[in-house]
Amino acid sequence: MKLVTAIVQPHRLDDVKKALEAAGVHGMTVSEANGYGRQHGHTEVYRGAEYTIELVPKVRVEVVVDDYDAPAVVDAVVGAAQSGRIGDGKVWTVPVEDVVRVRTGERGADAL
Amino acid sequence: MELDTGATAWMLISASLVLLMTPGLALFYGGMTRSKSVLNMMMMSFGAMAVIAVVYVLWGWSMSYGSSVGGIVGNPLDQFGLSGAIYDGTGAFLIDDYGVPGIVGVAFQSTFAIITTALISGAIADRTRFSTWMVFVVLWVTLSYFPMAHMVWGGGLLSGDGPFASIATPIDFAGGTVVHINAGVAGLVLALIIGRRKGFGAVPMKPHSLPLTMLGAALLWFGWFGFNAGSAFTADGVAGLAWVNTTTATAAAVLGWLATEKLRDGHATSLGAASGVVAGLVAITPAAGALSPVGSIALGAAAGALCALAVGLKYRLGYDDSLDVVGVHLVGGLVGTIGIGFLATETGLLYGGGASQLAVQVIIAVVAMIFSGVVTAVIGLALKAVMGWRVSEDVEVNGIDQAEHGESAYEALGVGRFSTDTGAGAPAPVRRSTTEAHA
Repeated sequence: MKLVTAIVQPHRLDDVKKALEAAGVHGMTVSEANGYGRQHGHTEVYRGAEYTIELVPKVRVEVVVDDYDAPAVVDAVVGAAQSGRIGDGKVWTVPVEDVVRVRTGERGADAL
Repeated sequence: MELDTGATAWMLISASLVLLMTPGLALFYGGMTRSKSVLNMMMMSFGAMAVIAVVYVLWGWSMSYGSSVGGIVGNPLDQFGLSGAIYDGTGAFLIDDYGVPGIVGVAFQSTFAIITTALISGAIADRTRFSTWMVFVVLWVTLSYFPMAHMVWGGGLLSGDGPFASIATPIDFAGGTVVHINAGVAGLVLALIIGRRKGFGAVPMKPHSLPLTMLGAALLWFGWFGFNAGSAFTADGVAGLAWVNTTTATAAAVLGWLATEKLRDGHATSLGAASGVVAGLVAITPAAGALSPVGSIALGAAAGALCALAVGLKYRLGYDDSLDVVGVHLVGGLVGTIGIGFLATETGLLYGGGASQLAVQVIIAVVAMIFSGVVTAVIGLALKAVMGWRVSEDVEVNGIDQAEHGESAYEALGVGRFSTDTGAGAPAPVRRSTTEAHA
């Protein structure tokens, strides 16, 4: 199994969700995140004082999928989140050793 | 004098409006602080309300309007506890020259003392011990505000009965000197004595809630109708003129501030609009009864632009006037007080009245700055030695709300909100007796 983690623009979340559902993903965890990449955020001015806001708001989407499905899921996220502009985000994949469904105690791929 | 019920009703409403300004100020300032110190900021305003409402009836009224001691201050014992300020010899309510009971005048004036002192708190946000602030409030309102009110409005040194009146009668309609220059200088002096916040000018200290600040600015504007139109002391044409001038100057100041920002920084900001509101209100305060509405537009626009430029000075000069009490109240107060010398319809330089009004306006502004500066420095340094002004660096970094008030303004994470664990560390339910529970 693989954990696919995507950091995307908050306003792209709906598109990403739809794309994941279309790719056969049944559930996901979504959380608010803050961070920056190469652009180092943006600037804001308050009463003439300029502040660099490095940490900009993003959304983190996490799904655990079968090894076989992982590339298609990553493609679905990238396709839905991409605008071609700075700040679109990142997607990465890491191996997952085990998954347990708390309600039933099922393990592994059955718990997905 | 016969009781004028219309005037009395208006003055009671005005007093209530001015009292509302201080919670409005708490919101205005509170939104501008960081989320970890918003409660402390707002508590400084509420603390000033609690202290001064009490102090005012004890000795504040007497020191402002009691028998004069050398034109500087009223005798605090003259009408201590409002003795002799409520009833005449026959037990009837004293009525002033406008047909308004004297006790209503006490109500109106007490609210001015509260808001003026609360204004200072913006200069010392995020780092001031609450106990030291509360003691400061008593000392400052007693030694700086009441004497200034006496000098300008109580027939003292800076009034129409003072020595400078031989040049021209000084004009301070609702408190350019007494309120705004006084509080602005005090803010500057305290910011210098207390020192900069850790990380000032280096780490971001941006406002945590601009909607709170805008709500506060709206309440200040609304309350200011009592402040300025109420300073006519009756419901008449002067009150109407002050109302209109208060609105036109404020609107022009918003435009002036936003235009300055747009040209300099590229955006017209909501904080700029809220700040422009206050800058305009400050500037028109001394001038509300002396200008034409067209003149008030000029005054407001100048105040908005100048204050927008002045708030940047603290970074160049290195004093941490956290929420710009100096840039808005001192500068705005000076613009209004001195602007009268140019724009007063009867005596202003631009209306062919010569320079004597301008001269006397400069004099009262300078005297007010020196008086407030010296008195505040003495109080500030004495409290620094006796009580200490600052919370520890740890407290400042972690947030003053937790350390000084044992509270936090916002539920940061929400983790624990649904906890039903009643084990160690969880809050115990408050026990109440049955009588209390049914009370």
